[in-house]
Amino acid sequence: MEKIKNALFQIVNTGMLLLFSLSCIYPFYYIIINSMSNPVEIANGVYFFPKDITWAAYQQLSHIPNLYHSVFVSVARTIVGTVLTVLSCAFVGYLVTKKLMPCRKWIYRFIIFTMFFNSGLIPWYMVMKELHLKNNFLLYVLPTMISAFFIILIKTYIESLPTSLEESAEVDGADTFTIFAKIIFPLSMPIVACIAVFTAVNQWNSWADNLYLVSDSRLDTLQLLLYRNLQSNMASVLQSSSNSNAAASLSSSVQVTATSIKHAMTVITVLPILVVYPLMQKYFVKGIMLGAVKG
Amino acid sequence: MINESMKKIGSYRTMGLTGKTKTKVKLFLWISPFLMLTFVFYYLPLFGWSFAFVDYIPGVPLLKQEFVGMKYFEIIFSGGNDFFEVIRNTLALSFLGVAVAPIPVIFAIALTEIRIPILSRFIQTVASIPNFISWILVYAVFFALFSSGDGLINKVLLDTHLIRKPLEPLISDTYAWYIQLLIGLWKGTGWGAIIYIAAIVGIDQELYNAAKVDGAGRFRKIWHITIPGIVPTFFVLLLLSISNILSNGFEQYYVFQNPMNIGKLEVFDTYIYRMGIANAEYSFSTAMGIFKSVISIALLLFANFLSRVVRKESII
Repeated sequence: MEKIKNALFQIVNTGMLLLFSLSCIYPFYYIIINSMSNPVEIANGVYFFPKDITWAAYQQLSHIPNLYHSVFVSVARTIVGTVLTVLSCAFVGYLVTKKLMPCRKWIYRFIIFTMFFNSGLIPWYMVMKELHLKNNFLLYVLPTMISAFFIILIKTYIESLPTSLEESAEVDGADTFTIFAKIIFPLSMPIVACIAVFTAVNQWNSWADNLYLVSDSRLDTLQLLLYRNLQSNMASVLQSSSNSNAAASLSSSVQVTATSIKHAMTVITVLPILVVYPLMQKYFVKGIMLGAVKG
Repeated sequence: MINESMKKIGSYRTMGLTGKTKTKVKLFLWISPFLMLTFVFYYLPLFGWSFAFVDYIPGVPLLKQEFVGMKYFEIIFSGGNDFFEVIRNTLALSFLGVAVAPIPVIFAIALTEIRIPILSRFIQTVASIPNFISWILVYAVFFALFSSGDGLINKVLLDTHLIRKPLEPLISDTYAWYIQLLIGLWKGTGWGAIIYIAAIVGIDQELYNAAKVDGAGRFRKIWHITIPGIVPTFFVLLLLSISNILSNGFEQYYVFQNPMNIGKLEVFDTYIYRMGIANAEYSFSTAMGIFKSVISIALLLFANFLSRVVRKESII
């Protein structure tokens, strides 16, 4: 009797969790297969495998104004932003561990305190405007350079490293930056990796700063372009132009619907995450564990 | 002889900075650009709070602006604008969020009860993917599922004749709060459970063994060992979310807003954006921002106080 109750529990429990997991992954699969199926088949319902594979929707993406620009902007901000944030938070985290730093306690509090208050949107907007950061790529990567949370993580990690390493380097006459670059930073790779993956995903997903501060459409990120696509009838404009292209072109008699273009754009925006997250999951989990313990 | 060496010592002292001071200065020079960045992006905006006390006109230097005192704060609270509706929406959504706070806990406990490691790792990975996509992508997903034209769910339900008219959750006004709640759960449960899983793993296995010897079944073990082990973590997270009660997050509600559901989905953060940047009502919007910051800090201190009283520990 016990064994049956146990088995039943396992089946029901596992079943429900699997169902939830399915709801988390199937929508992406659905969008992917629909983005590469012929719209005629889509009307009948494409649920499990793509039918009549066609890349027309993706070809149409190149006709969306600014698409290549926005991909470039998103990739650029991810790379540049991650590098800048990681390096500056790591360096600051190291500097804060140096006992000889003047006013060390107050500097640390100065940084930590930023986690507890928020000046509000308008004041922040005004500062960015005065700094000429409106319509400027730097607005994507400068403000995130100082993140109190990451600095705490790195400081804690560096403090757990043996002091003999630093001391022997100092005796050998190395200066602060050399010690950081050649000894501390390489040794901090585990925690740096965590910070890097978090920052990279954040940068790829960011769009609010784009919305607030950018009116020049050449600086739009892929995310915002996707949102505007989803909202507008831009896609139907493309559809009619693609039909006229199709009439002129030799082989394609494939129509492209507004929806399949939306799906195609969603796929290129979400694919990096779908690929990176499962591979890097352990870094995310480690990062949050360390953060939770410290916090 | 002694006088000579005394002179030498004296001359070292007068030569200038000693080694230690030189290091201190260098260290401070290294960190000052970063302190400047911190000041500029976090502290400098605080001076912008002064906008709430003047009739702010852009382009005019601050000291030349017309001082109006508490005028904008009075305007906020006098009614005749959407402020009270916005606060209602914000609080309703926050309370709903607090009400479902146990769900990641239940998910975590259920996950640790699975006996096949590959399955539980798979579920943990897949369930936390939605947490790492942007809200715009979340909107794209729900659009693909629920759009009345050709959303997946509507297609399936219509084709199998389970419903006759398409469901339209994305433009529903009546159910807007609950739909946003479900969307939030979809996005947050998998990742939210991870902290609890860590807490559960940290519970001493001996307790479970002892309970088994005493004849405790699965649910008794959960009730008497697992849950008390998680309660401290849960409590801290709950108190922190109390202090965030006015901040639902701009992004989720901005993307899901449309003319049909905006009466229910305009929250404080989106309202501040709309009034401030879209409508250029700088003073009004800054006043609301100050209100929000002040209340949030007060709530954080209150939550900290509660934590000290109940658990004899502070949060901050």
